[in-house]
Amino acid sequence: MTRFIIRRLILSIPVLIGIVFLVFALARIIPGDPCVAALGERANAATCARYSAEHGLDKAIIPGVFRVDGRLEIRLTEAPATLVDNQFVIYIQDIAAGEFGVSSKFGLPVTDLLIQRLPTTVELTLYALTFAIIAGVSLGIISAYRRNSIADVFTMLIANIGVSTPVFVLGLVLAYVFAVTFKDTPFALPPSGRLTAGVSVTPLAEAWGLEGLGGPFRAILDFLSNIYTFNALVTLNFSLLADTVRHMLLPALALGTIPLAIIARMTRSSLLDELGLDYIRTARAKGLRDRSVVMRHGFRNAMLPIVTVIGLQLGGLFGGAVLTETIFNLAGVGRAVTEAIGARDYAVIQGFTLVIAVGFVIVNLLVDLSYAYLDPRVRLG
Amino acid sequence: MTVTTPPAMELIEGDLRGSRTTSIWRDTLGNLLRQRNAVIGGAILAFFVVVAVFADVIASYDPNAILISSERGAKKLAAPCIHALGCAAAQPEHYFGIDGNVRDVFSRVVHGTRVSLRIGFLTVGFAIVIGGLIGALAGYAGGKIDNFLMRIMDVLLAFPSLLLAIAIVTVLGSGLLNAQLAIGVVAIPVYARIMRGSVLSIRERDFVTASRALGESSYGLLGRRIIPNALTPLIVQGTLGIAAAVLDVAALSFLGLGAQPPQAEWGSMIGLARNTIFAAPHLVIFPGVALALTVLAFNLLGDGLRDALDPRLNR
Repeated sequence: MTRFIIRRLILSIPVLIGIVFLVFALARIIPGDPCVAALGERANAATCARYSAEHGLDKAIIPGVFRVDGRLEIRLTEAPATLVDNQFVIYIQDIAAGEFGVSSKFGLPVTDLLIQRLPTTVELTLYALTFAIIAGVSLGIISAYRRNSIADVFTMLIANIGVSTPVFVLGLVLAYVFAVTFKDTPFALPPSGRLTAGVSVTPLAEAWGLEGLGGPFRAILDFLSNIYTFNALVTLNFSLLADTVRHMLLPALALGTIPLAIIARMTRSSLLDELGLDYIRTARAKGLRDRSVVMRHGFRNAMLPIVTVIGLQLGGLFGGAVLTETIFNLAGVGRAVTEAIGARDYAVIQGFTLVIAVGFVIVNLLVDLSYAYLDPRVRLG
Repeated sequence: MTVTTPPAMELIEGDLRGSRTTSIWRDTLGNLLRQRNAVIGGAILAFFVVVAVFADVIASYDPNAILISSERGAKKLAAPCIHALGCAAAQPEHYFGIDGNVRDVFSRVVHGTRVSLRIGFLTVGFAIVIGGLIGALAGYAGGKIDNFLMRIMDVLLAFPSLLLAIAIVTVLGSGLLNAQLAIGVVAIPVYARIMRGSVLSIRERDFVTASRALGESSYGLLGRRIIPNALTPLIVQGTLGIAAAVLDVAALSFLGLGAQPPQAEWGSMIGLARNTIFAAPHLVIFPGVALALTVLAFNLLGDGLRDALDPRLNR
């Protein structure tokens, strides 16, 4: 297993290097002048020169390549002089130091912005994934166990419709149904935002008397603090918990429906494969109860493809989060990136995209490792 | 005594391209028609193709016509009105209602069918051709070329696809064509991986070795022997990929990065109606249902095709 982990980790290195390059390149080739995007009407030759100098945008992008008036310009004669003094080298140095620069749009260090925005997306994604796994696996098991029954046909019909319904359509329809149709009933749910006005959140650092704490520990504490469900649970703030859950239900339903449908289909197909095998017949012949045969024998062995497909859904969830955050007015990373692209905010585009892509690589790595843990053939093959 | 034998190449040609190949496709079609899901998917798709072809005849209005001056009683955000279902005769008939710019929603949804179907086929076609070629080259060449190409594909796969597409379309500029290109580029690695896997297994088969022994060039081996035999999984993935492409391009249009107003495109129509959802839900529901049905049709057809080509999955 150790050898497998090391081999898999080594394979991730070129991918991570590629991500670092691609993120830098994508941010730099976006057309338009970052100064004009950031300063708007206040942009003129003098303010732009000052802005560019402050943000290091007057330096070469890579040796010999400059951005002049929003266009890329190649000056080969200046290549040797800008071999070290260029934006790419600064970018690599910053990444190595864990610094992502300062956002030109939000006026905050990107790390602080990440601590504010990432918890919303993480919380949303976890709610959606939990809903998708619990409902998807349960429906898949029922469908496989009662194959060709009305329950099976109905479940698969729902799965097929679910997998085909766009997040943004489902989100808007849910918002309409729960905010308008169910208005003034106990089923009414808020269609936007993360908390009701007036519900307060106590930062964990304050709750635990750690206000003097600094450095990475403080950053982690603030990050966890902004995951409101976690905050509410550890500070036993049940009004915050209830309000967070009420606000997260609709976005999680919208975001989790496509993964739910995919997980349900995979669970059904994988469990059906297992239930047709000889050892299941043997288990039944031994006189084991049906529930035990399906859950302890069949489902346990059917889990491998289900775990893989759950891991694969995470990329889709991150993408879907952009749309869900837009519809439900949630300030998460997805919305931050789209806003930053509009404002040519390089620091945010780079920092956020890098964190999302690296997070995605780590999740894929964990999925691969769990697969190898669950199935010895993978690590020995 | 002389014995006349057909040239070896002809024997291989006959074996590869003769009745056997034809019967595989005939069998597949037979299997496909036995798949309930595939038939339902095919029927829905056929319906949308007919709607797309006869959009000008089916649509009651020009999809971009603003009716405020040309039709009495046409009101902004008016709900659907069908006289046969009891809507007052004095009110103008609009099956799917009227949008925020006083345009007929039914005509816009009907014309949107053309756009969505074209998006699906063109985007996936582009991704299949480029991804297929990269995968075939990687699988056939092996070694450093394979490693280099596949690592690039891994990097592209490391980004959530919609996020990467948003970044690409920002670089290229908003617009339907650029959105399609972005979604196509993002889909390339999937097809490259599938093609590579397929080529790796085919290139070791006896008929390829035989062709190589008979002096067939590398291009001939790849183009005439390997690729045609490695296409099946690509076609299956492509059918499922059309559904994803239609959804993703609609998502970009929803965010304002794809189709631009006044073009009648479902994603963009839903995006524009977002802020009026509580007053006029029909503006989201009708294009939304059309979009979901199109995606459903391609998903069902893709599932059916996969099952038809792989009897083990057939349940």
